Amino acid sequence: MRYDVDAIRADFPIFETGIVYLDSANTSQRPRQVLEAMDEYYTKFNSNIHRGAYRFSEIATEHYESTRAKAKRFLNARSTREIVYTRGTTEGINLVAYGWGRKHLTAGDLIVLTILEHHSNIVPWQILAAEKGARLEWVDIDEQGRLRQDQFAALLEQSPKLVSFGQISNAMGTINPYAEMTAAAELVGIPAGMAPASLAALRDYLASARPELRCTPAAAPHAGIDVQAVGCDFYAFSGHKMLGPTGAGILYGRREVLEEMDPFLAGGDMIRTVRKEGTIYAEVPTKFEAGTMPIAQVIGLGAAFDYLEGLGMSSVRAHELEMTEYALEALSEVPDLTVYGPPASERGGVVSFDVKGIHAHDLATILDRHQVAIRAGHHCAQPLMDRLDVSATARASFYVYTKREEIDVMIEGIRDAQRIFA
Amino acid sequence: MAVQGGRPSGGSAEHGRTGGTPPSEQDEQFYREYILDHYKNPRNFGRLEAPTLSHEEDNPLCGDVVGIDLKVSDGQIEDVRFHGRGCAISQASASLLTERIKGQSLDDARKISKEDVFEDLGIAISPARVKCALLSLKVLKVGAWGLGDWSGEEEE
Repeated sequence: MRYDVDAIRADFPIFETGIVYLDSANTSQRPRQVLEAMDEYYTKFNSNIHRGAYRFSEIATEHYESTRAKAKRFLNARSTREIVYTRGTTEGINLVAYGWGRKHLTAGDLIVLTILEHHSNIVPWQILAAEKGARLEWVDIDEQGRLRQDQFAALLEQSPKLVSFGQISNAMGTINPYAEMTAAAELVGIPAGMAPASLAALRDYLASARPELRCTPAAAPHAGIDVQAVGCDFYAFSGHKMLGPTGAGILYGRREVLEEMDPFLAGGDMIRTVRKEGTIYAEVPTKFEAGTMPIAQVIGLGAAFDYLEGLGMSSVRAHELEMTEYALEALSEVPDLTVYGPPASERGGVVSFDVKGIHAHDLATILDRHQVAIRAGHHCAQPLMDRLDVSATARASFYVYTKREEIDVMIEGIRDAQRIFA
Repeated sequence: MAVQGGRPSGGSAEHGRTGGTPPSEQDEQFYREYILDHYKNPRNFGRLEAPTLSHEEDNPLCGDVVGIDLKVSDGQIEDVRFHGRGCAISQASASLLTERIKGQSLDDARKISKEDVFEDLGIAISPARVKCALLSLKVLKVGAWGLGDWSGEEEE
């Protein structure tokens, strides 16, 4: 079946505004199916879940829990108990750092990260390392933005307690060899977890691993992932980068690993019994879902899984690749423009670039006047910006609804900026 | 369909800021000639040998950096230099600020407000670019007052 981008765009009310949206790595747009699913909850059976002894609450609970089954299928997890609802990738990583890291790390332990990481996969580990006296090591990149596998292998020989990396770099678009990296970590007996924070295809994630565990990252929103095949212990991603609403994401965790973790947030719903003398926690994953969760958003995320499944993740990836190839080709024809990162075949739908003599923020301001939305800045990856010795880059990113004509409009805007700054 | 023939089909009232003005003309209004001139040919650019006051700040969000050296004698700013890198707005604003304060008393320089800076720039600064526009004023305020920080909000 032909990939009909016009038909897809018709599902996204926001495109009626005329916006040329090339910032899906920041947050994606939402189709009306997602908006309607949330609206249905609020207007037809709004109530709290897991508690009410009445019909509305049962319906709400059923809709809310159905997203778990969809996520399980999407990730090929073994059980819905391996699917933890979170606010997004950031919360998922913090949950692992707190619930797993605080319990298992001790002074002198090594945590391996990469220079490509998003701040969400850096700061929680820095805090944990400072608290435990653990140390962080970073895998560098080569000239094309690929992770240095020789360095990674050398670090694995030091027996890290945890390896955490993004499936796809949110700043450069590099698709990391996550399955191979996870397998390598497993071979030397490291537990690793990764969480993709995704975007249209996913781009940031983290991995945590212990010697008896292994974990890998996934690029769920963009290309799909099979967590069993990859073998990661954790995989985290955000719903809002895969057509879902803000405020709802998923942390996948291998059940054996989740079972022995400490809770993260504590309070209502995550308990079985509470006595003055102490508390028995609920079983996983409820143990990690304290308080009233973002019910409408989780239901909306379920509709986003349905939408992506309807398109087919291989089609999503093929379309992203097509847009990325087109953009790289078009950008290569613009003089005085530097593109960062690897060739299209090794990239998610992300292109970071720099135009000589024009700061990324000035470029973004001019493109905004052409109704083109791109990201300008450090992309929450300051260590990578330092490594590239740039203060900021411009970044265009693509997803299921991106059209070639939109990339043409951006190119026109870049040329206009060059005329103004000439 | 939002996109036809390679151009946005029109856009909403919310998005369009200046009605039917073509993008290029709007940009030339935004990046006025003299702003680009200050960006490309910054005034008072460089360092002073033995500054009385010297201070540098960055804007971590976009990597803009501005530093200002002042030579102050009897309360008068006798000489000024700035250095840094970043976007046109941050660098032009710094260049304009050095022109404004050169020869002024330090007391007067301390009184310069955000509005003065916006006025010197002479263009509408969108919320996303306010930090760029005010970076040099922050450097001056923190340096001249010996403050730890300046949020840019003190007048409000």
